[in-house]
Amino acid sequence: MERPLHIVHEKARTLPPPAMSVGLVRWLKDNLFSSASNIFLTFVVIYLLWLIIPPFLEWAVFDAVWNATSRAECWDTADGACWAVVVTRFDQFVYGDYPKSERWRANLAFILLFVALAPVLFDRIPWRRYLVGFSISYPVVAYILLIGGLGLPEVETARFGGFLLTIVIGITGISASLPLGILLALGRQSDLFIIRVLCVAFIEFIRGVPLITLLFVASTLLNYFMPPGTSFNLLVRVLIMVTLFSAAYLAEVIRGGLQAMPSGQYEAAKSLGLPYWKTMRLVILPQALKISIPGIVNSFIALYKDTTLVIIIGLLDPLGIGKATLSDTTWQGLSTEVYIFVAIFFFLCCFGMSRYSAWLERRLHTGH
Amino acid sequence: MTDQDVPNTQEPIAGTVSDEVVIDITSLNKWFGDFHVLKDINLTVYRGERIVICGPSGSGKSTMIRCINRLEKHQRGKVEVDGIELTDNIKKMDQVRREVGMVFQHFNLFPHLTVLENCTLAPIWVRRMPRAEAEETAMRYLDRVKIPEQASKYPGQLSGGQQQRVAIARSLCMEPRVMLFDEPTSALDPEMIKEVLEVMVDLAESGMTMLVVSHEMGFARQVANRIIFMDDGQIVEQAPPTEFFQNPKSDRTKLFLSQILHSET
Repeated sequence: MERPLHIVHEKARTLPPPAMSVGLVRWLKDNLFSSASNIFLTFVVIYLLWLIIPPFLEWAVFDAVWNATSRAECWDTADGACWAVVVTRFDQFVYGDYPKSERWRANLAFILLFVALAPVLFDRIPWRRYLVGFSISYPVVAYILLIGGLGLPEVETARFGGFLLTIVIGITGISASLPLGILLALGRQSDLFIIRVLCVAFIEFIRGVPLITLLFVASTLLNYFMPPGTSFNLLVRVLIMVTLFSAAYLAEVIRGGLQAMPSGQYEAAKSLGLPYWKTMRLVILPQALKISIPGIVNSFIALYKDTTLVIIIGLLDPLGIGKATLSDTTWQGLSTEVYIFVAIFFFLCCFGMSRYSAWLERRLHTGH
Repeated sequence: MTDQDVPNTQEPIAGTVSDEVVIDITSLNKWFGDFHVLKDINLTVYRGERIVICGPSGSGKSTMIRCINRLEKHQRGKVEVDGIELTDNIKKMDQVRREVGMVFQHFNLFPHLTVLENCTLAPIWVRRMPRAEAEETAMRYLDRVKIPEQASKYPGQLSGGQQQRVAIARSLCMEPRVMLFDEPTSALDPEMIKEVLEVMVDLAESGMTMLVVSHEMGFARQVANRIIFMDDGQIVEQAPPTEFFQNPKSDRTKLFLSQILHSET
């Protein structure tokens, strides 16, 4: 028997998805209760959370003491956390030994930091063109505010401490190491033998040495290499070492991005007559850096947390302040409170960077 | 591909060929490692000429046209474009590349830029054209390749045929004196080949000097004033289309044509 030919004369209609495939109930069913083992795990996790969260909240919030003059007074008042230690020492945690009368300068520098960062981080803010000018001059502004000049009395960098010190090292390290890392990554791919060898040697040397070693070099050895009589600020030496360290890692992350670029992109740029630096700036780097965002931010977060290593060469970062606080007999034994407080500060900064990078990746997505 | 995509009933384009030499290649030799890709190539291209280069894969067609804008360096012989000899002088090479447009098999559009930005990038940064003027030029060429409405989209949002037409417009925005096409339709679905070939026919009619590596024999017949057959790194045969198709001289050409035109009568 001959089969009838099937011929379609009309276009099929497009229909909305079935009702059960969207909405909250659907989400719960898909993610938490999709199978027997999944239901079991869901309940195990709920039970664990119930075990952990209520006692923690009781300790950290409901039974906590916020105002007290010593640990003993805290423990007489309630069983919970003794946040009084953090409250009493708050200024030290923020500024270190920065003179009280000049702290407004640090505050102002901190506020201006956001004004300077905004046009760099976000491309859709109003007056971006003019604000970028401010961003470029911000290092000078921050230098004058924090250290002195133009009539402002000088503050020795040895008195920097706490979150102020973390932010100074972190932000300087991040903003100086990115351009340096890009140059190193490009240098490593260069056709010029000498440049390539120098870049590879630098990257491999820095990566092969622990940051602590470099910081020790910064605090002691570097003076031997300088002509006698030159005193080189310890903070500046630390900044240089942190920057170099981070740049070496960034260079490798960015090299990964560069290698992911198809050769066709270079060829297209060449065939249009674009010279090397313009090709890099306009065609290759925007794409390679975009691919590298997760790795770059990863390096930045690592750098930011590594700033705590400066404690070893005697700078008072938040951990240093914490340690000093804990060795004070009035507050001895409150390490949990102190370290949780410091951890919250670092978490907020690093989580912020991570969220920003996720946003940036979405923003730069162009559908390919 | 066969030549059904462009009907060969169409009249060949007349066009005028001047006696001004645009490209002059003399005894060009190139090796990839030990592999001798190009063997003693001699070719002179006059202004207004439209040359289609065909041959089996690995015969050196792409390498040859890539030597013309120095995406590939040659080891022996001489290549001159507009009287400038191709050397390691980077400044001069950029100068040559400005005048030689190239369209690639895989389009190679810049995915992080919109279609319009793809087209204005080189005019603004290489020719130092004011942005407004560059955009005007770009829109004119996008209009010519029939996709002005896609100007604000990103390449990733376009079909292959549309991307290739943008790539052609991008090259044209530099107002080059020569256009090189490296298998422009090989990566396209059959239904998109036609739209790209139509743009190329239009370009040929406007008098552009073109070198096209392609197996689109219908296109060759309609557009070329010379067809070059390459095999094993050599130019085996070159002739005007009618002679090339009806009366091929060498056995290798005959074999190639019989394989590629098997669907024809």
